[in-house]
Amino acid sequence: MAKPKIAFYWCASCGGCEEAVVDLAEDILKVVEAVDIVFWPCALDLKRTDVEAMEDGSIAVTFINGAINSDELEEMVHILRKKSQLIVAFGSCSHLGGIPGLANLTDKASILKSVYLTGPTNVNQSKTIPLAKSPSPDGELHLPELKENALALDQVIDVDYYIPGCSVPKKLILDAVTAILTGNLPPKGSVLAPTRTNCDTCERNKTKPEKLTITKFYRPYEIELDEEKCFLAQGVICMGPVTRGGCDERCIKGNMPCRGCFGPVDNVYDQGAKFISALASLFDAKTDEEVQAIVDTIQDPAGTFYRFSVAKSMLGHKVSKE
Amino acid sequence: MSSDKSVFEPRIVAFLCNWCSYTGADLAGTARMKYPANVRTIRVMCSGRVDAQFVMKAFAEGADAVLISGCHTPSDCHYQEGNFKALRRYYLLKKMLPQFGIEPERLRLEWISAAEGDKFQEVCTEYTEQIKKLGPSPVKKGVKNG
Repeated sequence: MAKPKIAFYWCASCGGCEEAVVDLAEDILKVVEAVDIVFWPCALDLKRTDVEAMEDGSIAVTFINGAINSDELEEMVHILRKKSQLIVAFGSCSHLGGIPGLANLTDKASILKSVYLTGPTNVNQSKTIPLAKSPSPDGELHLPELKENALALDQVIDVDYYIPGCSVPKKLILDAVTAILTGNLPPKGSVLAPTRTNCDTCERNKTKPEKLTITKFYRPYEIELDEEKCFLAQGVICMGPVTRGGCDERCIKGNMPCRGCFGPVDNVYDQGAKFISALASLFDAKTDEEVQAIVDTIQDPAGTFYRFSVAKSMLGHKVSKE
Repeated sequence: MSSDKSVFEPRIVAFLCNWCSYTGADLAGTARMKYPANVRTIRVMCSGRVDAQFVMKAFAEGADAVLISGCHTPSDCHYQEGNFKALRRYYLLKKMLPQFGIEPERLRLEWISAAEGDKFQEVCTEYTEQIKKLGPSPVKKGVKNG
């Protein structure tokens, strides 16, 4: 029997998810033994035309990481959808919009201005900003065009499964590949990770006081972090209460609070808003002034509570009057 | 409401707690006090039951403003401290909403007791006027992404 064909593709991402695949180390040999990798721009020199030449539905499963923030990426994932039986959103960016999704809290014009014109490390005397189409002596040149907002993969194409994480932990990759190869899959649309929150399995949960109250918030660099105590009990924002578990608490074991990369648990639609509900309940304040004083110690609430999920939040992006 | 389509009629979603504010609204109704039909009430058991997700969903679906109303602090809450939870979420939401491009004035918190039908009438009338002046929500209904 022919081996099932699989493909990997990257969109707007840092490359960490590609690294996660490579980090399988010897285990990748088991994967390679069982499947035939037909497309993987990071490792194999194949082009878009090679994918276009493939038969529709001929790829068993395609793993796509990264957010979709240009017209080129949008076209590419549509092609891959057509060629694949299963599409798996791989990692936080394709699952929730991820870090590139934070761009949705500003607008395209400001991003281009900041990156190409006003950035302090930038020298751009001719004030050049890349254009989607520009004339040249040899004819018109085309570049991918940045979209107004970064999107999660399922906001562009139909997605069968999600593997969360920034980056995806090794165990989840191997579990997912095994599940796919053996046909032992949950219902379509499932996130291939546990359904309980991070707090549920966190070692530090034991140190959480009976009634957790917070009088002031600190950013991790502002205090000496205790290596065993619950972060919230130390006044440090930890997204554990609203974030899906299954990451093996990598950050927490490294003495850093959870930043929420696994996204919300099932039945939560807006991770950031849910976190507001959870976090605000813990304020040790009963008057307007007391509450305001605590709120004042929280920097950048949207960027913190929706660090990985702006694109998949209920609003999806900053709204403007225009 | 006015039949003239050019007049902006805001949609204000009001989450009212069962024990105080909803009963206050009910009193306003039975006493035949008039207040603008722009306010659409949703009864919840407690203002502390108002998840920030409810507020974000109301805005995402095109509400021009959201009013949360519960029992007076410090001691009127039927569940003892639900109203404090609402108070804390309110200030945190107010800080975050502008990051999503929504004016903080579009969210309001009030304490209205079961006996304060007149206050309910006053708040609804005054808030509707305020939002009319502020104009429609910047969220384009149904246009979520793109």
